[in-house]
Amino acid sequence: MSPLTLIKISLRALLRNRMRTFLSVLGIVIGVAAVITMVAMGEGSKKSIKEQMTAMGTNAIIIMPNRDRRGGVQMESTESLEEADVIAIRENATYINGVSPMITVGGQAIVGNNNSPTALSGVSADYLKIRNYEIEDGVMFDDQADRMAKVCVIGQTVVKNLFPEGDPIGKTIRYKSIPLKVIGTLKAKGSGDFGQDNDDVIFTPYQTVMKRFNATTNIRQIYANSIGEGYAAQATEEIMGILKERRSWTKPTDPFRVFTQEEMIQMVTSTSDMLSLVLTAIAGISLFVGGIGIMNIMYVSVTERTKEIGLRMAIGARGRDILLQFLFESVIISLLGGAIGIALGIAASETVKIAMNWPMSVSITSVIVSFGVCFATGVFFGWYPARKASRLDPIEALRFE
Amino acid sequence: MNPILSIQNIRRDFKMGEETVHALRGVSFDIYPGEFVTIMGTSGSGKSTMLNILGCMDKPTSGQYILDGEHTEKLKRDALARIRSQKLGFVFQSYNLLSRTTAIENVELPLLYNSKISAAERHRRAIEALKMVGLESRMNHVPNQLSGGQQQRVAIARALVNDPVIILADEATGNLDTRTSYEIMMIFQELNRQGKTIAFVTHEPDIATFSGRTITLRDGLLKKDVKNETVQDAKAAFEALPPPEEFEE
Repeated sequence: MSPLTLIKISLRALLRNRMRTFLSVLGIVIGVAAVITMVAMGEGSKKSIKEQMTAMGTNAIIIMPNRDRRGGVQMESTESLEEADVIAIRENATYINGVSPMITVGGQAIVGNNNSPTALSGVSADYLKIRNYEIEDGVMFDDQADRMAKVCVIGQTVVKNLFPEGDPIGKTIRYKSIPLKVIGTLKAKGSGDFGQDNDDVIFTPYQTVMKRFNATTNIRQIYANSIGEGYAAQATEEIMGILKERRSWTKPTDPFRVFTQEEMIQMVTSTSDMLSLVLTAIAGISLFVGGIGIMNIMYVSVTERTKEIGLRMAIGARGRDILLQFLFESVIISLLGGAIGIALGIAASETVKIAMNWPMSVSITSVIVSFGVCFATGVFFGWYPARKASRLDPIEALRFE
Repeated sequence: MNPILSIQNIRRDFKMGEETVHALRGVSFDIYPGEFVTIMGTSGSGKSTMLNILGCMDKPTSGQYILDGEHTEKLKRDALARIRSQKLGFVFQSYNLLSRTTAIENVELPLLYNSKISAAERHRRAIEALKMVGLESRMNHVPNQLSGGQQQRVAIARALVNDPVIILADEATGNLDTRTSYEIMMIFQELNRQGKTIAFVTHEPDIATFSGRTITLRDGLLKKDVKNETVQDAKAAFEALPPPEEFEE
């Protein structure tokens, strides 16, 4: 029998029991819609986390002194970072395209009656690139020309706090009594995934902080930027090599700790992966239940149509013809359910996105996989009832009332 | 002339728990092309078992069954299905039409299981078969829009559509009143005149008088196999019936 004829026969049988068909289709629709929505939820949250991390700079590498443990007491490392390390990395590292020290001073920035409890960050010009900041107005300071200069670049939160009337360029803020001239403002970045305000920043040349605020040559952290995604490991190794060489380091332990943004992203997304796996598994169970619904209805259908099966066999249908006829029915139910479920799942995802402002992302993979799973569900759950039908004895089946 | 159907010493045993029921205990006969044979017998005589074997839906426990030159005793399920599809036509007591399916689609049904026949050919042959039973004007009616006699005529058309070597009828008039029974017998006689071979199982003696030969089974054995010297004409018998009573409301 040709597939087209089979489809026609199966469709007719399904249309004969509209309510029953509708309910079996509904079981699959709910299952598939749940899977699509849950995956969209998982993917969406993962994507949003990733976007926020990317906003912080995907290629960022943070170097800081290792802590020694002696007798269970955590001690500051004897090794410290200094300006020469920054220069050595900048000049020698090939997997790095930006490097900046990071020295912070706590305190209040004051302009007239306004103040802003913002930490002052001593950085170099590369820091903007590393953390994905952009200048909105004015300019960034220059590492050489503005060495130890009393200048600063401020984020939008600081602008709001200190200059409610706007136009901060050229004005002076006071930080621990030291006047700093605002030469630039940063574009707004919004809050990060850990709740910190990325716009609540004041950048000043690191030498200014070292000489004028802290009077030290020690640098707490060095930020570097690897040349691209996937180069974090090489960059890390290279930096460590440079730092060890400068110190003629021979101990087996590393003198510094290195964090890469890639590692952080992996850490966060693996948690989110786990969550979406659990959600998808729960949704998958409902699809499984839908499949059991198909199986149940197919068994009923086979029993109910025993006489028809007997007749078809008597006039020449082989077992295989009967098997295919019933298998087509269950596959049509499951694929129809799949198609409607996918549409409904996408609609639900978009609704949640708009109505509740949740990050939702319908993945093409989930759509394709769902459709494939539906096909498999139809075949799997339709198989036993169809085989039962195909193995009926025509004489017995014809006698069935 | 070679027989179209030849059974030799057919036995059929059924195991019912401990007991073995001998439904057929060694029956032999031949049917030749163009014959109209009725197979008679009371219930329990083995005539249903005989029909199932002749219809290739059951296999004999022992003995030979040669249909159109082909031994069927050793054939597997699928091969038997092919024989039913290509060489046999069935007419049942309860018509067994698919409900909510038009007459023409019911008639086309056997051809669906023969992949060599195209949709257009299927349609043409179904119309031709419906013409032979005089129902071409009702081909788009579904069974519950047809009378019992009309339904049985659709079933006969369905048995004709694959041009079988023999038509097997199982109590084909059992559900019909006398007038309609005779109408159906007219069609069978007409088909027989056109050269169709027919084996007709019945327990009604008057139906047997319309056939050229009657085989009688009793207790699983062939009791009688006689040629009917005077075949009753179904048309004449029909016309001789008193007119149907008119009911007034």
